[in-house]
Amino acid sequence: MNRKQLLDLYYLDARAKVIDLAAFLDRLGRAEGESDFRLAAFQQALVELQKCPSARAERVLTVLSDPTSDPIPVATTKAACGAWPGKN
Amino acid sequence: MRYIEPHAHMVSRVTDDYQAMMLAGCAAVCEPAFWAGFDRSSAAGFHDYFCQLTEHEPRRAAKFGLPHFCWLCINPKESEDVGLAREVIALIPKFLERTNVLGIGEIGLNKNSRNEMAVLEMHVDLAARHNQLILVHTPHLEDKLKGTRLILDVLRADSRIKPERCLIDHVEEHTVKLVLDHGFWGGMTLYPETKCTAARAVDMIEQYSGERLWMNSACDWGVSVPLAIPHAALELRRRGHSPAAIDRLIYQNPIRFLSQCPKFKLPEENR
Repeated sequence: MNRKQLLDLYYLDARAKVIDLAAFLDRLGRAEGESDFRLAAFQQALVELQKCPSARAERVLTVLSDPTSDPIPVATTKAACGAWPGKN
Repeated sequence: MRYIEPHAHMVSRVTDDYQAMMLAGCAAVCEPAFWAGFDRSSAAGFHDYFCQLTEHEPRRAAKFGLPHFCWLCINPKESEDVGLAREVIALIPKFLERTNVLGIGEIGLNKNSRNEMAVLEMHVDLAARHNQLILVHTPHLEDKLKGTRLILDVLRADSRIKPERCLIDHVEEHTVKLVLDHGFWGGMTLYPETKCTAARAVDMIEQYSGERLWMNSACDWGVSVPLAIPHAALELRRRGHSPAAIDRLIYQNPIRFLSQCPKFKLPEENR
């Protein structure tokens, strides 16, 4: 599909998502509280989104990933939270 | 339209889902062993679960004319207890002869811990000794990239394992190339919030040809959509893919991988 066809197909959906994203960041901005590693990772992902000319999805997923390579000593939870806390 | 659902946890679904899948053109469903949402307290609990997957659930699916196959293992979410895992793995060989068992799965990692790695290696050894296909679960969210790399290291380190007989599931944009470049099959899981949307799955198919890719709903007790594959087929149509190309992806590709197990056969009326 060419660019126009893709825009015809996905533009309104993407537009809604970017407004949702903006509203989410505004909501967080109005709220009080401690700094959070998830928000820091999210903001880094937004920087990557602007920076990369291609493979943006891959880059954003990588920014939100645990960058280490060794297995952790023990699993203390089953859940994942969507961003790496900076330590295991 | 016809399709194979290669990854669905039907024990967590209602019979309406079976009916809807049949109406949408599903020709067979494959159910990997998974975490029930709570930890089972003993190996006996797994014995009962394996009986459910090999006796009860195929009967339930058959009421809707749907062939049901399964994979057996202790899921990575319960792999921190190596002693329990060892007991459960010892139960599996006697179930492997059952007519609907396709192989070992979904094994893999959850939080990428040392014990999970040890249990993964036990499962890989079990599959190799019994010449079984392997279905691999890759971790969620921030743990996926690291976990996928660790899993591939384990599989590639065992010379008995053939990559074309292993499917690495839940790939996303940051792991799909890694999986395909090493000769493995990749599975894209279509979830509403995490993992992969239909549009992103189509992106990956267009970038990596779809030769060794399949899509699945992985529907379970969480937020998931049993008809995710038909919805993805619609997305493929919207993106201009031909009915023949869609059939290759959602019907022929799963058959090509799963038929490496001689027990995977579809009755004439489901072809």
